[in-house]
Amino acid sequence: MKKAIKLFFIMLKIGLFTFGGGYAMIALLENEFVSKRNWMSDGEFAEMVAIAESTPGPIAINAATYIGYRQKGVFGAVLSTIAVCIPSFAVIYVISLFFNEFLKIAWVAAAFRGIQAGVVVLISLAGIKMFIKMKKSLFNVLVAAATFICMIMFSLFAVDFSSVFYILISAVSGLLIFLVKRMRERKKRSENNDIS
Amino acid sequence: MIYLKLFLTFLKIGAVSFGGGYGMISLIREEVLAAGWLPEKELVDFIAVSESTPGPVAVNMATFIGSSQAGMTGALTATAGVVLPSFIIILLIAALVKKIAEYAGVKAVLGAVTPAVTGLITATAAILFLSCVTGLRTVGDRATCDWKALIITAIILLVAAVYRKIRKKSFPPALLLLISGGLGIALYL
Repeated sequence: MKKAIKLFFIMLKIGLFTFGGGYAMIALLENEFVSKRNWMSDGEFAEMVAIAESTPGPIAINAATYIGYRQKGVFGAVLSTIAVCIPSFAVIYVISLFFNEFLKIAWVAAAFRGIQAGVVVLISLAGIKMFIKMKKSLFNVLVAAATFICMIMFSLFAVDFSSVFYILISAVSGLLIFLVKRMRERKKRSENNDIS
Repeated sequence: MIYLKLFLTFLKIGAVSFGGGYGMISLIREEVLAAGWLPEKELVDFIAVSESTPGPVAVNMATFIGSSQAGMTGALTATAGVVLPSFIIILLIAALVKKIAEYAGVKAVLGAVTPAVTGLITATAAILFLSCVTGLRTVGDRATCDWKALIITAIILLVAAVYRKIRKKSFPPALLLLISGGLGIALYL
């Protein structure tokens, strides 16, 4: 029980101090669970990061659920997921109560017109960074370019096409290419076997 | 029933958002505009708030939109919706298939999703840029040019680029938003 309470407060702290997305949080988690307390090994931690990054959903939530489960089972998973959400939930809930009033102040409204431009820059930088990091295979570049162009065109001509479809289509084509490749390899292998 | 709609909408967003907070912005934007929950500019304002407060952007957005539509209960249902898919998926992986990320088939699917998300994020940025600077949402809207927004964009791009060159790491988002807010006061007030 003592460990559960500790887990709860560590996650609460991490939820409170992670600004700027999930990656900042990975360093905090490493510090708390590997360096300071030795609750996880380096290998286990790396495995957790790989899983948190490659599954859908916010990395912070994925990491909290995984670590919680490893420490205290399903109860630990529920506990740490709730704990990591509480700070943002409380802060945002309070902000949401006053946000519209706040925006009515002249200088705040002016600031937010500038901030809108800043947000556009932030999103562009995130996209560009992701593109630079992406492996530039023919498939990847084609999918990225096609998604980019289609989404802008559909938006300009008010065609209703959800982002979900781009993700599903690329996932299915990735799987199909993988299956075709594997079938070819198998065929080749069995042909080679026939000759020998 | 607004609670159910909030819950299901954010459940969908939580289930298909790969690649961190920015990956879900395109979907959140579509859903929020389609439901008429917030106008575009307010949504962008709120992306800024989500970026500069602690916690995952997705959770922040869900809490805010839920609260703005249906108070505390709305905030709770939307947040529960966006968290639940990750929670269930991770629990299944942790309990049953720890090595799932190593299967070749799973790798192929995840690898294929990344470029699509890259396209989604860059396209969302372009769409937001068009609508914030020129007021152009769909073909046929009369385009105007907000040159002040263009100046702000140019200045922060420059600052971010210089920072990157000197410090060799990306510009902190909160600082970037602070500067653009200052420029907004200087130019629009």
